[in-house]
Amino acid sequence: MFKNRWFVMLALLLSLGLVLAACGSSDEGGEDQSSGGDSGESEDSSGEEAANGDFSVAMVTDVGGVDDKSFNQSAWEGLQAFGDENGMSKGEGFDYAQSESDSDYVTNLNRLVRQDYNLIFGIGYLLQPAIEEVAGQYGDTHFAIVDSVAEGDNIASITFKEHQGSFLAGVAAAKKTQSNQVGFVGGVDGDLINKFEAGFVAGVKSVNPDIEVDVQYAESFAAADKGKLIATNMYNKGVDVIYHASGATGNGVFAQAKDIKNNDPEANVWVIGVDRDQYEEGSVGDTNVTLTSMVKRVDIAVQDVSTQSMNGEFPGGEVLEYGLADDAVSIARTNEEALTEDIISSIEEWKEKIVNGDVEVPSTREDLETYVNSL
Amino acid sequence: MLFSNRMINILIPIISVLLGLLSGAIIMFFFGYNPVEGYAALWNGAFGDSYFFGETIRQVTPYILSGLAVAFALRTGLLNIGVEGQVFVGWLASVWVGISFELPMVIHLPLAVLAAALAGAFWGFIPGILKAKLGVHEVIVTIMMNYIALYISNEMVRSVLTDGADRTPEIFPTASLASEWLASMTFYSRLHYGILIALFMAAVMWFVLNKTTTGFELRSVGFNQNASKYAGMNVSKNIVLAMVISGAFAGLAGAMEGLGTFGYMNVKSGFTNIGFDGIAVALLGANTALGVVLAAFLFGTLKIGALNMPTEAGVPTELVEIVIALIIFFVASSYIIRWVFLRFKKEGK
Repeated sequence: MFKNRWFVMLALLLSLGLVLAACGSSDEGGEDQSSGGDSGESEDSSGEEAANGDFSVAMVTDVGGVDDKSFNQSAWEGLQAFGDENGMSKGEGFDYAQSESDSDYVTNLNRLVRQDYNLIFGIGYLLQPAIEEVAGQYGDTHFAIVDSVAEGDNIASITFKEHQGSFLAGVAAAKKTQSNQVGFVGGVDGDLINKFEAGFVAGVKSVNPDIEVDVQYAESFAAADKGKLIATNMYNKGVDVIYHASGATGNGVFAQAKDIKNNDPEANVWVIGVDRDQYEEGSVGDTNVTLTSMVKRVDIAVQDVSTQSMNGEFPGGEVLEYGLADDAVSIARTNEEALTEDIISSIEEWKEKIVNGDVEVPSTREDLETYVNSL
Repeated sequence: MLFSNRMINILIPIISVLLGLLSGAIIMFFFGYNPVEGYAALWNGAFGDSYFFGETIRQVTPYILSGLAVAFALRTGLLNIGVEGQVFVGWLASVWVGISFELPMVIHLPLAVLAAALAGAFWGFIPGILKAKLGVHEVIVTIMMNYIALYISNEMVRSVLTDGADRTPEIFPTASLASEWLASMTFYSRLHYGILIALFMAAVMWFVLNKTTTGFELRSVGFNQNASKYAGMNVSKNIVLAMVISGAFAGLAGAMEGLGTFGYMNVKSGFTNIGFDGIAVALLGANTALGVVLAAFLFGTLKIGALNMPTEAGVPTELVEIVIALIIFFVASSYIIRWVFLRFKKEGK
């Protein structure tokens, strides 16, 4: 018994020693590696320069990452464009931090604040509580949040009038449908995606109030299998145009439309993409099932806010709304075959009315009801 | 003498970690990154200043509890894959109590923590009773229960706790584990008192398993169900009990997130991975209380430090996932390490 205890003690000591040795070596690594230390210093010095007038900007992605083919990627492209314009390179002037889980948002924001970035973007509404928390602690740093409204004098909230773009998507769908049934596939049911839904339904009904709109939510932005299942049901019951606002879930919608098209090249099935121009996603052989896409130019907004902030005109505490008038939401015209002259001219016509203020596009389900009743 | 069995059992995880880190360095090197810079960035990201140290401890806290949950069930021979779901219900229950009542802290906080443990325990009870009474394999049931937990908690947040919003209101400060004092000490990190609960629970697990009759029975069932039955133990009862206690640990891990880190619950579009990482933590910690604490510490360090690797050294965070996977791989293939040891031992004679 005594011997056993001895062994445990010895083992513990040894393991502790090993752990410490392991730690020690990587610590030494940090010291030995002069370049590592230097890069830290150079960052510090660039931070000082920043205080002297040089400007640096960074962004924190949500769990999608900068290669999500959606708004994280778009935001990063905006920052890169901003950097090119001002002679910066990644790591020197602009950079991003990727989040692996919800709990990483605050950590990443804090890290960037500590690296003395002047302006930090939070990409996606999921970062809203984190931005508010960190912005409250660091009043001297500027923050901006995309797709949500956060309160604070040093936060700019960037939102998009997705309902306007979705309205035009609805017009396109209503013009294209032959069965008078169209579908909407949403990601997670909430304020943001309801904006897409309300705009789309309003657009459809404005063209023809008799068209039925089937609205379904997948409860996830990353469940392509569910997207496919919902699309299968919709297409089976006669829906011929589906607008998806569901991130990667929408890949399932595309997959189902392409399957149908593969089996029967004459089939009349269409998908309307979201956020980016999803023309590539829809190509089947010689044809393409992507009717159009509701493009949200996060990059334009990110670039715009960065420029304003660099010029000392940071719109702190304001809610910026980018819409059709700024070309920050638009309708893609890459599928020239499917998007006929007739459809384009009526899209233009409605766009005109929205920009002029003749049509007030609803952005919630309640507004939608009043809008539809007034038709 | 030097390579006793016990010694080998302790050395295997340590060697696995070292081999994992070494392989990570080799991979970094081959992909054109500087491994020394990479690990220095990892180290700075986890311990660079007191803020990051606080965040590391914050991350370690739920890992300890989810690791204990997996380890406890494994000691009774049950593979509880459902820790993830039990974390969800624990999180939900703690936040529910946190936002629904206004009570003095001495009652409110323990009540919220207890609710989380009970919710997790209930979520563990279902697969436990199914296994004990009907022989349904716990792996299948717990995996399914994960999805049930995910979607039920989403629906609860959206329809019951709020009116269609994406996240619940903040819990009342009387139910919060967060501490001004700890936060200000670590430059506003989200370090909270939960770490004390986690360490206490590790001690509880050690005590229950090693110093009580119940613990002896649980371990005995884990070694050999038939022998335990022959010795007059109630195998069914012990299976259910193991799952309930395991679930309670997992529920507490959820409370750490609900009452400590976040202070609210939001609609999740996927799993948090706290529970799944717990499996790795338990495996690395050899299913012992102390081992789990050390393994959780390592995993928390790797996870938080990894976030710093892209910005400081240009190494993608995915690489840390690879290192973690390699460590698990080496632990799982401990047979090889054991074999090498035994060869040395023979030659040493």
